[in-house]
Amino acid sequence: MTNEADKQETPSGEMEAPLKAEVRRFNFYYGNAQALKEISMPVAERRVTALIGPSGCGKSTLLRSFNRMHDLYPGNRYEGEILLYPEGINLVAPDVDPIEIRMRVAMVFQKPNPFPKSVFDNVAYGLVVRGITNKTEVADRVEAALKGAALWEEVKDRLEELGTSLSGGQQQRLCIARALAADPEILLLDEPTSALDPIATAAIEDLITELRERVTILIVTHNMQQAARISDYTAFMYLGELIEFGATDELFVRPKKKQTEDYLTGRFG
Amino acid sequence: MDLNTATLSTPISSSMPYPRSRRRTTHPLTERIVEALLFLAAFSAVATTVAIVVILLYEALSFFEHVSLLEFLTHTQWTPLFERAEFGVLPLLAGTFVIAGIAILVSVPLGLLVAIYLSEFAPHAVRESVKPFLELLEGVPTIVYGYFALLFVTPLLQKIIPDLPGFNMLSPGIVIGVMITPYVASVSEDAMRAVPMALREASYAMGATRFQTATRVVLPAATSGVVASFILGMSRAVGETMVVAIAAGQQPNFTFDPREPAATITAYIVQVAMGDLPHGSIGYQSIFAVGLVLVLITLFFNVIGQWVRRRWRETY
Amino acid sequence: MAQTALDEQRKTASSEGGKSALLQLRQGIVRRRRWDLFFAAVGFVATMVGVVTLVVLFIDLILDGYEHVLRKEFYFNFPSRRPSEAGIYSSWVGTALVMLVTFVAAAPLGVAAAVYLEEYAPKNWLTELIEINVTNLAAVPSIVYGLLALGLFVYILNFGQSILTAGLTLALMILPVIIVATRESLRSIPVHIREAAFACGATRWQVVKDHLLPYASGGILTGVIIGMARAIGETAPVITIGALTFIAFLPPIPFQNGAGAFEWLFSPFTVLPIQMFNWLSRPQPAFHDLAAGVGIVIIVATLLMNGFAIWLRYRIRQKLTW
Repeated sequence: MTNEADKQETPSGEMEAPLKAEVRRFNFYYGNAQALKEISMPVAERRVTALIGPSGCGKSTLLRSFNRMHDLYPGNRYEGEILLYPEGINLVAPDVDPIEIRMRVAMVFQKPNPFPKSVFDNVAYGLVVRGITNKTEVADRVEAALKGAALWEEVKDRLEELGTSLSGGQQQRLCIARALAADPEILLLDEPTSALDPIATAAIEDLITELRERVTILIVTHNMQQAARISDYTAFMYLGELIEFGATDELFVRPKKKQTEDYLTGRFG
Repeated sequence: MDLNTATLSTPISSSMPYPRSRRRTTHPLTERIVEALLFLAAFSAVATTVAIVVILLYEALSFFEHVSLLEFLTHTQWTPLFERAEFGVLPLLAGTFVIAGIAILVSVPLGLLVAIYLSEFAPHAVRESVKPFLELLEGVPTIVYGYFALLFVTPLLQKIIPDLPGFNMLSPGIVIGVMITPYVASVSEDAMRAVPMALREASYAMGATRFQTATRVVLPAATSGVVASFILGMSRAVGETMVVAIAAGQQPNFTFDPREPAATITAYIVQVAMGDLPHGSIGYQSIFAVGLVLVLITLFFNVIGQWVRRRWRETY
Repeated sequence: MAQTALDEQRKTASSEGGKSALLQLRQGIVRRRRWDLFFAAVGFVATMVGVVTLVVLFIDLILDGYEHVLRKEFYFNFPSRRPSEAGIYSSWVGTALVMLVTFVAAAPLGVAAAVYLEEYAPKNWLTELIEINVTNLAAVPSIVYGLLALGLFVYILNFGQSILTAGLTLALMILPVIIVATRESLRSIPVHIREAAFACGATRWQVVKDHLLPYASGGILTGVIIGMARAIGETAPVITIGALTFIAFLPPIPFQNGAGAFEWLFSPFTVLPIQMFNWLSRPQPAFHDLAAGVGIVIIVATLLMNGFAIWLRYRIRQKLTW
């Protein structure tokens, strides 16, 4: 505790636990505008890590880097490393195939975005792009994924209906099932409940707590209470920088940085 | 920092029933080939343009080896198929512009009225039911309009102008005008619809009526689009073929009197193509020479029209 | 007392002035309202000119040509010097075959070009060049395509004055229509659908073929139908390539009488609008009625196709939810 500043800069050194991923001195640029500055943080395996901070702080930008979503638009640039364990490849390196990364790291978006296809086809899509064509295998895994997303009971009789015909909360769980079906190593959730009502939000939060047993979860949320409820670790970001990272219980109760404390107590800006 | 190591080191049990799979259906090579094919398809647009330019230029240059550019541009006789051939393009240009001019005189006021009405006056239900009709009107084949001009409009006009010949420029001009009105109206209406609601509300808030709002606020704000619609309409009228070939007669005639028969550039091309001119003859080359003139004229109007549309587009 | 009288006076003066000002205002409003009403009426009439033209044109055609349209032989006779025996057998078969070639050539090419421009093309000068060319080709007069085909397909590539030449010519002509419609339809698919598919690990081509093309299919179909409807009635370019006007035989049927599978592609032909033009160019009124008969066939075909396309687009707009 005597050497806080140092520890802050290399928090991964602190983690005596299985690491699933690790961000090291990571920078990100939209064209010439630097959106992320020298981010370093660990991601613990089969735990929930929450990214919090005021809007525009770069938390979604960081999350989308894990899935190489920024590759879709010209002019974006990564710098530094996001290592994916166990093999320790840098998933933002130009010679790493973004498609492989997206197959290993799945993503659920802020607004539920099911395809205008049947519920079944929505969930099966992640398997289809992997070339899994065995019908029973696909059916089994779709069922498993829907069960995993706590949606099976509600949709088992309407698998052929359009995914877009479900309610908002169901759509979001469908998107989670779609991400789970392909058995990803990390699940990225980008403010998954911000477009949902409180009941649907509670269902998703319960689901996240359940999924924690099976998959590493990285979640962006603008809702501090949500981060406190569901996450094991929390990273607080501000203006493109990582201000503080720590175990959620620690960070919420005894923030070490003034900015963190201000944000948590609502005395911000 | 105090990490909860107890939680972190909890043993992990895999609950997933299937092994992770890294199989991929789509090989990077397939992706490359697909992209190359798609690019070739898109590039066909450029290839088509180049082909048009090369073919027209090639045949036109052969034509101008026999006919001086001066004769082509200044003589007032166009009789390439006669024994004593004359190659003055002016009669064809005169016919082309008289007919296009009549068409514009008809379609500009009509198209503008339609656009203002649909954009500012028409109740929603009227607009929604009229617009499909205008689209259908745009889809009517020009040959049918030609029939209409020759056998319906000309006889009608002959009742008003008794000595009007059966072939004349007035009738196809009017019919082409009606024909391009939906186009002129839709380009103008798009421009008017693009005027933000806030501008209209500002006008209404001062107590202006619809007519005042339309003419003093919306129309000035949409000027560029409206002017562009006239110019683009002109380009269409110049390139129109069948109505003219059917109803204006096919005699090149250096006159500006819309009651007389005349030939346009397009009608001349049709006339030659209907005959059996040997490949490589001067008559064959002549249709490419006038075709080149036609392309230059329509290109001129299109470039100006697009430029006006973009250059003067109001920024709100 | 003097004071009150003065007040009294002021009151009446101001209220009278107020009254007359208000009166003027109201009169002005009434006058402008009348203008409004007048213009609404004029605008409505102007709009109706188009609709009325369409109706009059159709009635005119029907009055002149209905007798022929109702005759069965009209559809199964070849053209003839005797109007009472003349029919459109060769020309409707020709139109059908030319349309087949046009469809096969234009639909895949147009959709592929649109997919490239909308989903693949990087922002550079080459893409810019392609965009400018698509815009300009849409504005090139149709007869110029005829000149292109005459020089390129008929003489340089030696396809002759054939069904293949005509089909390819019309395909080039409607390519911009299909490209523009497909692009609009692709553009209306929200970004988050693409992101969802990419996030599943799909490649660009998988995103296009599994998602974008299926979701855009209605809009693409609309564009293809409108393009085909334009091609069906198009006369000028087909005349320019030198299509014959008097054809009293059908193209060879594949694998019959020793014909190969593709011999029909190189057969001489005529199409409905050329048949109409031919009859319209005769001086005898009896042939004009035949022309009206063909006109009815053409206009019904194009109206049905365009009507279907417009209805389809309306339906798509209605049920579009993402």
